[in-house]
Amino acid sequence: MLKENKSKEQKYLKMTINEVQDEIIEEFQAFDDWMDRYNYLIELSKDLKPYDPENRTKDNLIEGCQSKVWLHAEPEGEIIHFTADSDAIITKGIVALLIRVLSGRKAEEIKDADLYFIEKIGLKDNLSPTRANGLLAMLRQMKLYGLAYYAKQQKN
Amino acid sequence: MLNIQTIREDFPVLSQKVYNKPLIYFDNGATSQKPEIVIHKLRELYAEQNSSIHRGVHYLSSKMTERYEAARETVREFIHAGKVEEIVFTAGTTASINLVAFSFGEAFIHPGDEILVTELEHHSNIVPWQLLAERKGASLKVLPINEKGELKLEMLDELLTEKVKILAITQVSNAIGTINPVKEIIQKAHDKDIPVLLDGAQGVQHGELDVQELECDFYAFSGHKVFGPNGTGVLYGKEKWLESMPPCQGGGDMIANVSFEKTTWADLPLKFEAGTSNYPAAIALAEALNYVTSVGRDNIVTYEKELLGYLSKSLQMIEGLKIYGTSQDKISTISFLINGIHHQDTGMILDKLGIAVRVGNHCAQPLMKSLGIEGTVRASLCFYNTKEEIDQLCNGLEKVKQMFG
Repeated sequence: MLKENKSKEQKYLKMTINEVQDEIIEEFQAFDDWMDRYNYLIELSKDLKPYDPENRTKDNLIEGCQSKVWLHAEPEGEIIHFTADSDAIITKGIVALLIRVLSGRKAEEIKDADLYFIEKIGLKDNLSPTRANGLLAMLRQMKLYGLAYYAKQQKN
Repeated sequence: MLNIQTIREDFPVLSQKVYNKPLIYFDNGATSQKPEIVIHKLRELYAEQNSSIHRGVHYLSSKMTERYEAARETVREFIHAGKVEEIVFTAGTTASINLVAFSFGEAFIHPGDEILVTELEHHSNIVPWQLLAERKGASLKVLPINEKGELKLEMLDELLTEKVKILAITQVSNAIGTINPVKEIIQKAHDKDIPVLLDGAQGVQHGELDVQELECDFYAFSGHKVFGPNGTGVLYGKEKWLESMPPCQGGGDMIANVSFEKTTWADLPLKFEAGTSNYPAAIALAEALNYVTSVGRDNIVTYEKELLGYLSKSLQMIEGLKIYGTSQDKISTISFLINGIHHQDTGMILDKLGIAVRVGNHCAQPLMKSLGIEGTVRASLCFYNTKEEIDQLCNGLEKVKQMFG
């Protein structure tokens, strides 16, 4: 499972952020029913790289009033690796998509990324400020990590 | 006997489809839908009669003032208060409770005093008291619940110490639907001369209410949960308390005379209505209360009991479903979880099936903590809901189990 995840990440990293986004959009085009989309997100949640329980810390917790999201960032040179988790399954499926698009990328890319796939696959509502599920905060946090590490790199 | 189909036609929002499925609205605890006559009244007030109240010499202003004061009389009658002076229009339950927490607190709370609340409370009946306690060096005490989600009344006597200066308690739990035996509780508090505020946000729309018979000192409710417009609410307070409390906001309409040396307050209830009030909403709220009266509060109680019984029985047939709050005395609201399935996942699937429920902690985090959970799925029904809709909910929950099982 872990090995498979790693090879998956490597596969995505050969593509640009936008190519990965386009791929996701294409995958979701196969579904015309909401239940199918949700079933797919449930599948994606199962494939998400397991989250180290030690990283379930208060600092990593992004709390919504409906569900929780944990996000852990690990820099490696110019790159940031993200792992994340949620206590709700559909949210976890969306978390998996955000990880697929942004993890393993350069800080600069993460900071500048325009995540258009969210709207295209009909999940914009799930990331709107009115949804109290921590997803929007997670995305903001990922971008903040990008910005912070990029600024740090510029200094060095 | 109510004709539910006819009643449903009074509520335009109910006839729509969401995601191509007929809307099933089970989120009445959050807000109720509005009958056409309320929507029409608001439009009519703005389109034909709008003018600020209490200060005009002209025709429209005096007409609007008359309507506003007539609305106050409708509220008085609806809750059986003794005098219109005891009816203050506010922005909602939260505003009403904050008003009391501030003004009563200014007059009567001193360092070392206690404020008693319960574990069933909505955050709106906790936080204003915490702010007051902090401001005055007082402390907050809490009456706990049992495993059924009922208040532990046997502990009430020992908690009602002479330090307690006010008891603030919900009439009905918003999260799990428990109806509290408030009459008995008020009597016990009054035996020790402790005044009682009732949070009526979930009570006023589900049955008859007589504040004089209950003898509560304050009663707070929201317009939007009783089929009226948003941004309006009511604070009932016994005259003796309202007279002895200072205003909590200063401004226009609440004064008698203003000078830089000494300003004097208007008489009740205007002392507590600073600024231009939301008079169209208050007038439309009166329209909503008249609507409830025309449906008949006894009819509502009878039918909602039937709905609660059917909902409760139907949910219990779903394997792995657990109901939180199993008091004998409940409104037609049920909180539940399906074994191992996150409440948000349940809510998201139901949403796409056209079923609107609330998920989360229902602004009652201390209650959730006491129940040992993070949150629930809450179906809150009212008299325009049907058994067929309950069947659809149960079908939806089977679908949820299938997807996440």
